[in-house]
Formats: sequence, structure tokens, C-alpha cells
Amino acid sequence: MKTDIILAGVGGQGILSIAATIGMAALHNDLHLKQAEVHGMSQRGGAVQSNMRISDKPIASDLIPMGAADIILSVEPMESLRYLPFLKEGGWVVTNTTPFINIPNYPEVEDVMTEVKKQKNFIAIDADKIASELGSKRSSNIVMLGAASPFFEISFESFEEGIRQIFGRKGEDIVNTNLKALRAGREFAEKNR
Amino acid sequence: MQKLLLLGDEAIAQGALDGGMSGIYAYPGTPSTEITEYVQGSKFAEEKNIHRQWSANEKTAMESALGMSYAGKRAMVCMKHVGLNVAADAFVNSAITGVNGGLVVVSADDPSMHSSQNEQDSRFYGNFAMMPMLEPVDQQEAYEMSYHGFELSEKFKLPVLLKVTTRLAHSRAGVQTMEQKAENEVSIPSNPTQFVLLPHIARKQYKTLLGIQGALEEASEESKFNKYIDGSDKSLGIIAPGIAYNYLMENFQDRELNNPVLKIGQYPIPRKQIMKMIEECDRILVLEEGAPIIEESLKGYQEAGTPISGRLDGTLPRDGELNPNLVAKALGFETVLDGEIPELVKNRPPSMCVGCGHIDAYEALNESLKEYGVGRVFSDIGCYTLGALPPYNAINSCVDMGASITMAKGAADAGLIPAVAVIGDSTFTHSGMTGLIDCVSENTPVTIIISDNYTTGMTGGQDSKALGKIEDICKGIGVDPDHIRVFKPLKKNMDEMVQIMKEELAYKGVSVIIPRRQCVQTMKNKKLAEQLKELNLK
Repeated sequence: MKTDIILAGVGGQGILSIAATIGMAALHNDLHLKQAEVHGMSQRGGAVQSNMRISDKPIASDLIPMGAADIILSVEPMESLRYLPFLKEGGWVVTNTTPFINIPNYPEVEDVMTEVKKQKNFIAIDADKIASELGSKRSSNIVMLGAASPFFEISFESFEEGIRQIFGRKGEDIVNTNLKALRAGREFAEKNR
Repeated sequence: MQKLLLLGDEAIAQGALDGGMSGIYAYPGTPSTEITEYVQGSKFAEEKNIHRQWSANEKTAMESALGMSYAGKRAMVCMKHVGLNVAADAFVNSAITGVNGGLVVVSADDPSMHSSQNEQDSRFYGNFAMMPMLEPVDQQEAYEMSYHGFELSEKFKLPVLLKVTTRLAHSRAGVQTMEQKAENEVSIPSNPTQFVLLPHIARKQYKTLLGIQGALEEASEESKFNKYIDGSDKSLGIIAPGIAYNYLMENFQDRELNNPVLKIGQYPIPRKQIMKMIEECDRILVLEEGAPIIEESLKGYQEAGTPISGRLDGTLPRDGELNPNLVAKALGFETVLDGEIPELVKNRPPSMCVGCGHIDAYEALNESLKEYGVGRVFSDIGCYTLGALPPYNAINSCVDMGASITMAKGAADAGLIPAVAVIGDSTFTHSGMTGLIDCVSENTPVTIIISDNYTTGMTGGQDSKALGKIEDICKGIGVDPDHIRVFKPLKKNMDEMVQIMKEELAYKGVSVIIPRRQCVQTMKNKKLAEQLKELNLK
């Protein structure tokens, strides 16, 4: 079994916390894992991505080959489209619908969503709105993780355990908020897949 | 001993801590920064009082590590690839002096220049200096090479260069740690002139260095980091150093690999194994993450004998990093190399943060330069380099650490006046001070803007050696105090800022303007907040 995921977003949007949670879940299941990210120049409000690879066999390349990614998980809608060449036939695009507009020529959001919906398998979720409704806008990245969770061959319980481990030292309230965010994202995906 | 999830950088750091290192010396630089940060965050390093503060630049770092080695203890130096240019004088000569305590120099290359001015290959330096080199294939090997690197250095009494690249340095995987080794005791070199490079001594030591090369080759031939995996299909042999080996194996997950493969992790390249492949195979493909160094050394001018394929004959692109798809194409497999992205996806380049002080400084500079015209702002390496992009379009050069001041000087000498330099506080103490000395000694009409945000910003907010010292340094160098101007770069101060800049641009001597405001990304840094309080800086 293998799952290759491209995490996408804008520098500062918290994709590395998503990566850390998935990492914990993978370790919990004794799976092999490689996760590549970019630091430095890329962080300053620019497009960022992380290559995450999970497998029951040892993993060779840290980078996901083009055309091999199972999932593109993006916290920003336009960014979900940037890595389409990496997605395999029938792979899942799971994207937030709330745009992050920090460039003068950002396209119309409706046009971006039209492109997303051309994909065979997609989940378009307003993670920011759901997170706000749960009382914590900051947990929108975990809502996104929940929305992508059905497409991993890892149990949902493993992701919950990952949340407890990553956020544990920030206190029970924060853990619970993130668990709620995770479940809300999951429910949305199950209903809309 | 335990299993940890570590970045390649972190694996190197942990390997060094477990391997008996007593000090790490470095200057921040992507993709090497996290090695030192890991040691700084390690409780073990704190308990053992391992030296782990940042150095002013890579040269001082290299020299300090050499000093620790002189005193018998194990030291590590870390830098990005271009940092090795800065450390080069000490680096090359450290192979002539040799070491006492083990010395490992880590240089992190950046193929495809994700965050650099070039993609130079550090292995050139290892070859040039004639020291053994290590290049890991994955995080586990990065740990082990760091762990064993000090032994290797002490065995041959030479520094060891450990080369990594971005895709390993910043990639995370499981690492099994090994038993902790004790640090060395303080001891002075048994040869009292070993480190004295007067010509008559250096000549002898150079002969020693030349004489040991054969032993280094033998060690490579026997190294567990070099593996010859034989195969029945001799039509093609494949040489894959470092992480190129991963991209090779990625293409054989569902296929059988019948070609002979030489995985290289230790240099000099292992002659015996290379010769075996040359003799037995019809053609050789060399996959290198970096410059075609091995490829070139095998090719020569005459393509007599076994043809060599790689970056030099178009089988692989000449520049840029490797990936599984490029390697697939080189192997003749069907693959995709690019794909269509919807047209509406726009470039989203990095930019200065909302609220950054550099932005206000650039606005004032652009305004005050209006009467003089464009093309006279020489800048440097840091977040402020992003001032080159729209909408600021504020700078015209960025070449190497400290070049802002010295290029402004050269332009002014040529008659391009006013000439402006824009440099950060950390870059200033790294390599700007010597340029300022040149300017002051000739009273060159330059306007130097030291944009002080109290930190080394682009690499993640590390300590700046300049904190609280800039004015004193400038005065000490001899800048006229009347022409050292300080202000807080804020919109509400814009008129005053422009006025100050206009005055100093008109002044026909050395001016230093210091826009000073804390980097917005460091607001949660408690240690910095305390330091600022002590220094009475806001």
C-alpha cells in the first residue's frame, strides 16, 4: 500500500502542521514515511508545497514522481491547481475554497473553482467557514486534513491519535477543537464524495 | 538508541551529537540552517555545554572549528554551498595543516537554486582541497556519516567534507540512532609545527597530503557507503552518488533492475569498482545531483572505450535538480516531464511580509532617488533582496554577502554618484564591515543603508551579531557621526525619512543610514525581547 500526497498552500498557512499530523498517524501504523518540504525564500508569502509519501515498503525517492500523486491536499484553491501535473489518473483534489489573495492578478475565485470541478475526483470545502463555526479559525488546516482523510488507507483513529500527539502539549481544549475540526472535515468529504 | 523522525539536517546534527562532537560552528544558510538549530534546541547539547552559537560568517566558523580541532576535540562546521566560498581560504588550508580532533565540514548544496544565487557543487572544493568526502543517500546515512565522520577524519588526520542537497536536508524520514560516544579530551597536536604554514613547513605537509591520496582511495574502495550491485545486463552500467540513487531505485519499484549499479557515498570515487564497470559494460550512465563531476572525470576529451552518458551529452539536463521522471527518461522509460497547468494559475513569488520595515525604507529610498534616476542601488542577501520585485523595483544588484557596499564603492569610483548600498544588519557583520573600511579610507561618496531588523531574517530569525552595535562599529571604522542617521521606518515618518535620505544622497562622503525596526516575524521571540530591553532598543 502506498499513498503519495502533495500538500499545497501559501507560506504561513500551516501545511507543515498537517504534514506533522499525517506523519504521526503513519508512524502509529508502523508505516514507512518520507516528507520533503522547502524552507527559506519560499516561506515569505509565496507558494509552498510539501511532498508526503507513506508506504508499507521502504521508500526510495523523497520527491513524488509526476503523474503519481494520489492526493493533492490544498489549503488554498488556486494552489490546488498548480500541481495538477503530479496527480495520477483518478487522483483526488481536496481543496479549501477560501482564497488567499496576496498578488495583484489573482483570478476570479469562481473561475478557479470551475477548474477544480473539472477534475474527476474532487472535494471543495469552505474550511475557513467550518473552522469559524467551530470557534477556531486557526484549525481550518485540520478541517482540510479531515476532508482528505477518507482517501488514505489509514484509519481515522490514527489521525485522531496524531492530533493528540501533535497538539497535546497545547492543552486539552486545543486538542478537542482540532479533533472537532478533523471530524467536521471528514463528515463533509463523506457526504460530498 | 531510538528511532526518530528527522530531517536530513536533523539527522546530521543528531549523528554529530552521538558521535562525540564538542562544538558546532555555522552561519545560517538554506538548506543548512536546521543542523545548528537542532543542536541549539537539544537538551543533551545544553547539558554537555556543546558550543552552538552562530558565528559572524562561514570563515570565522571554519577557523573556530579548526581551532577546536587543534585543541584535540571534535568539531563540525555547517554552511550552504556558497558559504563554502566564504570559508574557502581556511577550508583549503585546513587540508594542508590537517587536524587533531576530528573535523567535519558540512556543505549543503541547492540544485535548482530554491533559495540561492547559484547551484555550485561543493564536491569541487573537496577535490580541490584533496580531502575525503561523504555524500548520503538518505536520512539514515546522513546520521551515520555524521556519526562516523569524526573517526574518518581522525584516521587520516584530515578534515572530511559532508555534502548534502536540499531534497535530503529538508526531507523527513525515520532514523535509527546509535550508541553515544564520549567527547575527546583537550590535547595539543603532537607535531608542534603542524599548523604553522610557513613555506618550508607547508611544502612538507603538502607532500604528506599528496602521499595519502592512495590510502583515501583504498578507504573508498572498502567503504560501506560505496556499493557495487552487480547485474546481468551489461549493455548499461549506472553510477549514482548521493540521492540520485533514490531516483534510480524509484524507477525500479515494479520493474527488475538487471544493470550493474555503483552507489557512491564516499570520495575519492572508488577506482576498483569504477574500472570494473568500465571494463564490463558497453555504456555508462552517470546520475549526479549537482554538477557532472564524476561524469566529466570519466569522460575525458577522447571518447575512446566505454561511452559515458549524463548531463554532458543531453541524456539529463545540464542544470537543475534531478527527480524520478528525469531519471526515468534517461533510462529510456516512458514518463511525463511536464504537464499543463490551467492558465489562470498565476505566479505567487515570495514577498516581504505585511508590515515589514524594509518596505517603508524602500518607499523612502525610491522617493528620494527620483531626481537622480534609476540603476544605482546595490543590494545584498536577505529578505530585503525581495525589494527587487514589483511593486518596489528598488534594487539593481545582489551578488554575494557584503557586495552591496563594495559594488557601490566601485560604481562611485567610476563616477556613478550617488551610489547607494542596501544591506541588512546580519549581512553587515558577516561581510559588510571590511567594505565600509575601504569606503572610509578613501572617503568615497556612498550612501550605505543598513536596514536593521534585529535578526537574520530570511533563514528564520536567527541571532544577529550586529544587535545594538551598528553605530559604534561605524564610528569605530571612522564614519563621521554627523552622517550616521537613524530612524524608525514607518509610514507616519515618511516625510522625515525622505528628508534624511535626500540630505545624505547629496553629501559627498560616506553616509550610513540605519532604518531600524524589529522584524515582524520575530515578535514572539522572548530571548530577543529581553535583549532589546537590556539594550534599550524598541
